Amino acid sequence: MPIESVNDFVVRFANVNGSGSASANQLFARAIMRMGVPIAPRNIFPSNIQGLPTWYEVRVTEADHLGARGGTDLMVAMNPQTWDKDVAAIEPGGYLFYDSSRPIPASKLRTDVSVIGMPLTDIVNREYSDPRQRQLFKNIIYVGALAALLDIEIGVVETLIGEQFKGKDKLIAPNHRALHIGFDYAKANFACPIGLRVRRADKVGDRIFVEGNAAAGLGAVYGGATVCAWYPITPSTSLAEAFERYCVRLRTDPDTGKRRYAIVQAEDELASIGMVVGAAWNGARAFTATSGPGISLMQEFLGLAYFAEIPAVLFDVQRGGPSTGMPTRTQQSDILICAYAAHGDTKHVLLFPRDPHEAFTFGAQAFDLADRLQTPIFVMLDLDIGMNQHLCAPFAWDDARLLDRGKVMTHDELEAGRDFGRYLDVDGDGIPYRTYPGTHPSRGSFFTRGSTRDRYARYTEEGAPYVDNMERLLRKFETAKALVPPPLLDKAAQPTRIGVIHYGSTGPAMDEAVRLLGADGVHVDALRVRGFPFSHAVTDFIADHEQVFVVEQNRDGQLRTLLLAECGIDPAQLVAVLHYDGTPITARFIRREIAAKASVIRTPARREVLS
Amino acid sequence: MTYLAKPKFHHPAIELNDLGFTHRDYEGAISTLCAGCGHDSISSAIMRACFELSLPPHRIAKLSGIGCSSKTPTYFLGQSHGFNSVHGRMPSVLTGANLANRDLIYLGVSGDGDSASIGFGQFAHAIRRAVNMVYIVENNGVYGLTKGQFSATSDRGSKSKKGVMNADSPIDLVTIALQLGATFVARSFSGDKDQLVPLIKAALEHKGAAFIDCISPCVAFNNHEGSTKSFDYVRAHNAALNSLDFITGRAPITADYAEGTTQDIALHDGSTIRLRKLSLDYDVSDRGAALNHLYQVHASGEIATGLIYLEDDSSDLHERLNTDERPLNALAEADLIPGAAALARINAGLR
Ligand SMILES: Cc1ncc(C[n+]2csc(CCOP(=O)(O)OP(=O)(O)O)c2C)c(N)n1
Ligand code: SF4
Repeated sequence: MPIESVNDFVVRFANVNGSGSASANQLFARAIMRMGVPIAPRNIFPSNIQGLPTWYEVRVTEADHLGARGGTDLMVAMNPQTWDKDVAAIEPGGYLFYDSSRPIPASKLRTDVSVIGMPLTDIVNREYSDPRQRQLFKNIIYVGALAALLDIEIGVVETLIGEQFKGKDKLIAPNHRALHIGFDYAKANFACPIGLRVRRADKVGDRIFVEGNAAAGLGAVYGGATVCAWYPITPSTSLAEAFERYCVRLRTDPDTGKRRYAIVQAEDELASIGMVVGAAWNGARAFTATSGPGISLMQEFLGLAYFAEIPAVLFDVQRGGPSTGMPTRTQQSDILICAYAAHGDTKHVLLFPRDPHEAFTFGAQAFDLADRLQTPIFVMLDLDIGMNQHLCAPFAWDDARLLDRGKVMTHDELEAGRDFGRYLDVDGDGIPYRTYPGTHPSRGSFFTRGSTRDRYARYTEEGAPYVDNMERLLRKFETAKALVPPPLLDKAAQPTRIGVIHYGSTGPAMDEAVRLLGADGVHVDALRVRGFPFSHAVTDFIADHEQVFVVEQNRDGQLRTLLLAECGIDPAQLVAVLHYDGTPITARFIRREIAAKASVIRTPARREVLS
Repeated sequence: MTYLAKPKFHHPAIELNDLGFTHRDYEGAISTLCAGCGHDSISSAIMRACFELSLPPHRIAKLSGIGCSSKTPTYFLGQSHGFNSVHGRMPSVLTGANLANRDLIYLGVSGDGDSASIGFGQFAHAIRRAVNMVYIVENNGVYGLTKGQFSATSDRGSKSKKGVMNADSPIDLVTIALQLGATFVARSFSGDKDQLVPLIKAALEHKGAAFIDCISPCVAFNNHEGSTKSFDYVRAHNAALNSLDFITGRAPITADYAEGTTQDIALHDGSTIRLRKLSLDYDVSDRGAALNHLYQVHASGEIATGLIYLEDDSSDLHERLNTDERPLNALAEADLIPGAAALARINAGLR
């Protein structure tokens, strides 16, 4: 039986990297979004510029399930290299759309899927003589055909093409033409629409559709960052590039062309974090964007920033590790290296945004936190958030908001004779005052170093002042608990003894899994952790549940380890649910894992009922 | 506690500069380096230069890496903010600091181990980025703080204190700086105040990357096994004292010689170097000729000192980046935050 579904299915495009399919595929996705139907697209791409397979997946989801679903209802198979794998991935009853210019033996097809062959190569060869045009318009032609097959309003696609080529108006008509070649061919040759259909809805609202990296880069602009030092690495590169793009637009003096920001592409990650540390020491808001391998290189400086108490913001867009691992796949596997970065006893503040909206919000907030706490702040993104476009709440800003520069003693305060000791805990919150270099001719200067010193920043190797300092740093970390974004609780419809803790990009899949599990009769309370150090609400949540699943995207259960290490919890209480093959975690996976493991938990309860 | 404050004492007839500061206003804590260490002479040359230029000490930011040389910023300009960063990475920290506030004067102090080995890359990149700074390498040809290993500037064929022969070719930071586009390049000798002070002054006034390679003898080479004055011996026998000071009590090596002449300098380990001060008619504006001259002087077994290259209409990183004239760290909300209306427009473009 062919699958019949309106506004709830998954289309997957299998393409060849470098064939120009990306913008056509996005056009397809955006058209559905413009029809008011939520979408959750994902790029799956190799660590290679040209020639290797890429996939683009669009989940059409009126029910707003924005995590990856898994499985494919309609495969647009444009890559002969991956044919077998692509055909095998189609759900029973699904659809296969392919270029039928060359005959495909029946043995290569499946009988339980509907096969739609369109001679795309023949058509483009007939219509176009230029090889590049043939390639590009082939993509637009299949978008046109899909519009007919799925009942996507062709006018919406046309409008999007018009917007895309605004300013290059000459390109609009040829693209419209290609679109119609595909649309008309499908109408004339196939039974349109097929069982999968898009129907206009109003479920998108005022949401925006944006990549996490772009959002975080914009967050850095709103956070008042003026210095960005970075070194290219997938999947974080587009974050620094977005910061630059937004700065060119928003932070350039229109009259003089002078820039109110500085961006340096450093020679490596050591230099990029070094520049951040130098700039922040000197009172500017500074950040770097990197991924796991970069964090590895930054360790020594991170220890210095922690110990010498220098603000720094790091956007870590996590990818598959260890080592070069899976550079273009997603994971949440830098948690521990970031939380405890550097030798010696160190602990760092981490923020876990769930989507681009939070990437923006936390991105901006990270700079306040760094200045307030005078310490490195890690914004823990991952490839799934960073390099995919997500539907999310629009960015919001309160114009009354002021930058929190933290405890900085000014010239006038020094002049007035306030006692300045760089490492004095004046307020009991573990956070000392600092001065910016050059503030006062005779007061407030101090020496910054990674070696031990007393409260007045004077070098000493004595044990007592060292311990005093280390204890104060712990007090400061305690203060941070109330400053990081609090965890969010999604309470089950019924009282339950099962809890789930998750974070970051797992959020959308988790929301869906909670609903699916609830329908199965497995009720769970879900807590989304958004910051480290963990607030007391996290410890309380664990205490309130008999069994807590910690769902994350790494092999070793890194957040779980962190919870055990920091909250003094019985390891038996925390059950790891781990997904780490580099693809985004799905609701299906979470549901299956928790259902299997929760049944073990529920067994004793049932026995009680029986006896 | 190894931090030492200096007693405040004012001579009534003491020399004042244009700011009304005395030389003492440019001092720092008492040095804990070995008595006679060339680095201390460089510190006093820095103090002298800043005093003579009447620079407000608090407007100078002094940054360093790790090593004996990198410790020296504690010993001068006590009213300046200082930053002992990590080994070899001073250049990036200084670059960042400079980006944040272009109005301060940046003084980077490093060692040959710090800059020519672990930090070679950062040295190179800060120079090629034209960071507005004075970058001084206190070059003793060894690792002082870790006790006498070869550094990357040690000459091939030279012998370590332990009698090991250095088989590797040396890096000449002056040549490298020239090739990287530094717009002020000089070499001097820690004991030659007459040459060093004016060079530092000129470097401080220069816009862009000013590099000074300063040869600076390390007395601890004298520190052989079996000696009752060796570092290890003294530390083992008298932990209460500042052991490094106790080792030698040597006088710093000084030099005084005319332009265009050479002078042989006997170092503490018994070796000799021959310095050649560039002659008055040397053309400092020709980068290619400078490289050639360095090569020729070196081939004759001498080390060229003096101002080796100067580019007058030099630029700096901020000019290249076209940054605002105001320090970035002084920009306020209105300059930085595009606001809710701009965000609404961005949102609208993302639907
Ligand atoms: C990452 C790292 N590696 C090694 C060291 C040990 N270390 C401290 S100073 C130094 C060498 C310093 O030599 P140089 O820069 O020539 O300065 P000098 O002491 O001779 O003035 C080394 C290797 C360190 N502090 N950090
Ligand atoms: S060990 Fe050498 S470089 Fe270090 S302080 Fe002593 S003399 Fe100077």
